[in-house]
Amino acid sequence: MQFFFEVLIAGLLSGVMYALVALGYVLIYKASGVFNFAQGAMVFFAALTTAGLVDSGLSLWLAVPLTMVAMVVLGLLTEKFVLRPLVAQHEITLFMATIGLTFFIEGLAQAIWGANVRALDLGIEDVPLEWLLESANIAVSQFDLIASGIAAVLVTLLAIFFSKTKIGRALRAVADDHQAALSIGIPLQHIWGIVWAVAGFVALVAGLLWGARNGVQFALTFVALKALPVLILGGFTSVPGAIVGGLIIGASEKLAEVYLGPYVGGGIEGWFPYVLALLFLVVRPEGLFGERIIRRI
Amino acid sequence: MDEGRKIGEVILDLKNISLRFGGVNALTDISFDVRQHEIRAIIGPNGAGKSSMLNVINGVYRPQEGEIVYLGKHRHDMDTYEAAKSGIARTFQNIALFKGMTVLDNIMTGRNLKMKSNFLLDALYWGPAQREEIAHRRKVEEIIDFLEIQHIRKTPVGRLPYGLQKRVELARALAAEPSILLLDEPMAGMNVEEKQDMCRFILDVNDQLGTTIVLIEHDMGVVMDISDRVVVLDYGRKIADGTPDEVRSNQDVIDAYLGVAH
Amino acid sequence: MFYRESGQFKATYAEDSEIFPIRQDKIGIAVILAIAFLGIPLLAKTGFLSDYAFTAILTPFLIFSLAALGLNILTGYAGQLSLGTAAFMAVGAFASYNFMLRIDGMPILVAFILGGLCAAAVGIIFGLPSIRIRGFYLAAATLATQFFIVWCLTKVGWFTNYSSSGVITAQKIMMFGYTFDTSFSKYLFVLSVVSVMALLAKNMVRTNVGRSWMAIRDMDMAAEVIGFRPVRTKLMAFAVSSFYCGVAGALFAYAYLGTVEPEGFNLDLSFRILFMIIIGGVGSILGSFLGSAFIVLLPILLNMFTHFLDSSIGVDVPSGIASSIELMVFGAMIIFFLIVEPHGLARLWQIGKEKLRLWPFPH
Repeated sequence: MQFFFEVLIAGLLSGVMYALVALGYVLIYKASGVFNFAQGAMVFFAALTTAGLVDSGLSLWLAVPLTMVAMVVLGLLTEKFVLRPLVAQHEITLFMATIGLTFFIEGLAQAIWGANVRALDLGIEDVPLEWLLESANIAVSQFDLIASGIAAVLVTLLAIFFSKTKIGRALRAVADDHQAALSIGIPLQHIWGIVWAVAGFVALVAGLLWGARNGVQFALTFVALKALPVLILGGFTSVPGAIVGGLIIGASEKLAEVYLGPYVGGGIEGWFPYVLALLFLVVRPEGLFGERIIRRI
Repeated sequence: MDEGRKIGEVILDLKNISLRFGGVNALTDISFDVRQHEIRAIIGPNGAGKSSMLNVINGVYRPQEGEIVYLGKHRHDMDTYEAAKSGIARTFQNIALFKGMTVLDNIMTGRNLKMKSNFLLDALYWGPAQREEIAHRRKVEEIIDFLEIQHIRKTPVGRLPYGLQKRVELARALAAEPSILLLDEPMAGMNVEEKQDMCRFILDVNDQLGTTIVLIEHDMGVVMDISDRVVVLDYGRKIADGTPDEVRSNQDVIDAYLGVAH
Repeated sequence: MFYRESGQFKATYAEDSEIFPIRQDKIGIAVILAIAFLGIPLLAKTGFLSDYAFTAILTPFLIFSLAALGLNILTGYAGQLSLGTAAFMAVGAFASYNFMLRIDGMPILVAFILGGLCAAAVGIIFGLPSIRIRGFYLAAATLATQFFIVWCLTKVGWFTNYSSSGVITAQKIMMFGYTFDTSFSKYLFVLSVVSVMALLAKNMVRTNVGRSWMAIRDMDMAAEVIGFRPVRTKLMAFAVSSFYCGVAGALFAYAYLGTVEPEGFNLDLSFRILFMIIIGGVGSILGSFLGSAFIVLLPILLNMFTHFLDSSIGVDVPSGIASSIELMVFGAMIIFFLIVEPHGLARLWQIGKEKLRLWPFPH
């Protein structure tokens, strides 16, 4: 039983971190209707840039703000050169453009920093929590706990940002109806710029946490890709959905790996979330929290 | 204008149809019938439920209550495939053509239910598939001639002006050789000349091909001119049903259109 | 001046619905086929074309064209975006391998067809979600295909005949006692298969089945109302598309690489094939070939360019950076084409032809 809880908690904690990546997708999708496939590449870019700066002698406290600046610039450039020319295009066209963007960003990151695996040390040790180990005999990684704490704080802050601030309200208006928002004087491109910058920030945090946990390498983009099943479960437009979806995916993939994996040769973490999401789609296409779509003609 | 045209038996009978979306009543307890060879108009202010009514007839929407009797068969609701198979064709309020295809291909899709070829024969082409394509092409060309759209045959529909797109959509519906044709605002957004053309086509279809027509139209002049009977909807309820003259003088209809002084 | 169809009248519908109704196009395709089937072999015999031209350019170009054609049927014609192309190729390759391995005297072409049919069956299963979902939801769901299939082929030893490394060595291509073992003969083999399948695909997209796909793509509600059945139509597109990808995968293993592992059919390959149809032309048979040529040639051209930099001005580009730059160029090209010419190279070719009709006059 203790083992079960260990696995479950580890899964839930990594689920929070999936939710963090998924949040980046939700932000951009809500504000501009673009499914930004490149979010994963942005996570990779952020992690690699920070690690690269640290490796070239900068302190972490300097590297992170510098990376943040780079992410904002990247976000703004994307908005200006990729999405603005494609405004009002079919959503699939936009989606494919972000796949192109993914390749571009991945290439850019590796052209600057090389393709080697880098370590990233945030100063948090990845050891089991002692008191929990002693009192309940359950091993829970201190790093995972702190990382999910950070992620949880960030998610909460963003939720408050969107519901309470003026920019947040404008953003929701834009998400509901671009033209109506424009007509009451909301500066659309300004808002989109902000959203891309925020998405860049989320990618940075996710990149730091995942990079420190798994090492900064190309495989990070696959971790980020796991945010897709999270979104399918949670719905593409829902922040709470992203969190719950993240927890479900994180927990179920770990449990499946530990309890089902041995029977089928292991390594099922790689596809289990996708198949789970796929089965879920067949039952409830709009996700847990998404709105039911009524087809009109 | 319709001397010599024989209006026949009831072929479509809608009984007590009610349709709801969530808590919104789109249609409430509506009954009316359509006779063979007639032109039946559905009119009413915006949001009266006219398009919903057509959608119920060809199975796009499934009503919660009511009964649809078509060609003597009683059904609770229609199924789009079954509707198409049993001779119900339609056009849409917002043109629903296949934008990436040529006019010819669009009209050819209207004949799909009459084609027997399968994908293997299609892939091999030379032989049965080619013979079938050509036979149907011949039929489609008759419709193209009928609607006077020969010159745009090979044009992708996306490049056509609005009025012609409406005509191509009518052609696609006619290609199925329907027994009932549902037209959802066939003249919306057209200029006078285009409307006259469209009226002429509708009357010709009705007259020469003997097709029964159910149409929604906002232009009262057109409706009163060409239809045999008119049903009037308001807020999802039927408020009048009868010949154009009867409907014109109905007080409820006048109120619905002009508003009532309170 | 030369490309003008005036004076060419069609007296029957059969003539009017030919694949190449214009005489100049007929001559054009005849010339291309003559070069591909006779000209290139002649050049090879006289030593003008090296082995490299076949193994690195011509054969992969043809095989990727076939895969792109498969994806184009699904995405370009039927409008269902898929990110799992490589998985269907893998099914085709490994299924063909097992048919050859386990059934004595299995003719290679039959094994390829059976491999394609297995891919088609898998395509139908993983196409089922398309009944209820669309757009990028579907794209995300097709990732399941990609990861699951590759995992399955890696983990289930039977598929790779319990090869310890997971690598399979494709059997020789033998037909009627002749062994296709030189790069040149493999090219001819691939060329024949691809030509026939391209012709069949063209026939499908110009007849009823093709119209049903495009109808579902352009306006699914209207398609349903005129009597196309969405479920059947979409699954048919998945099946036919996967069949094409499966055969392409088998050729990839048998005529191009010789030895493959499941990981060779990874997500990256799926993306590359998607890029081919975006750059070549979504919803165009010709576009599949143009896009494939582009994606196959681009790295070679970039490579030549870096060599040129090295030899002329002494700038040495490390190979790691060169491959990163390749990724960036791919990405940038995709974005560029989507913005500037969403219908790809095929559309540019069409515009060129229209200009040519009028040339040398401006109107």
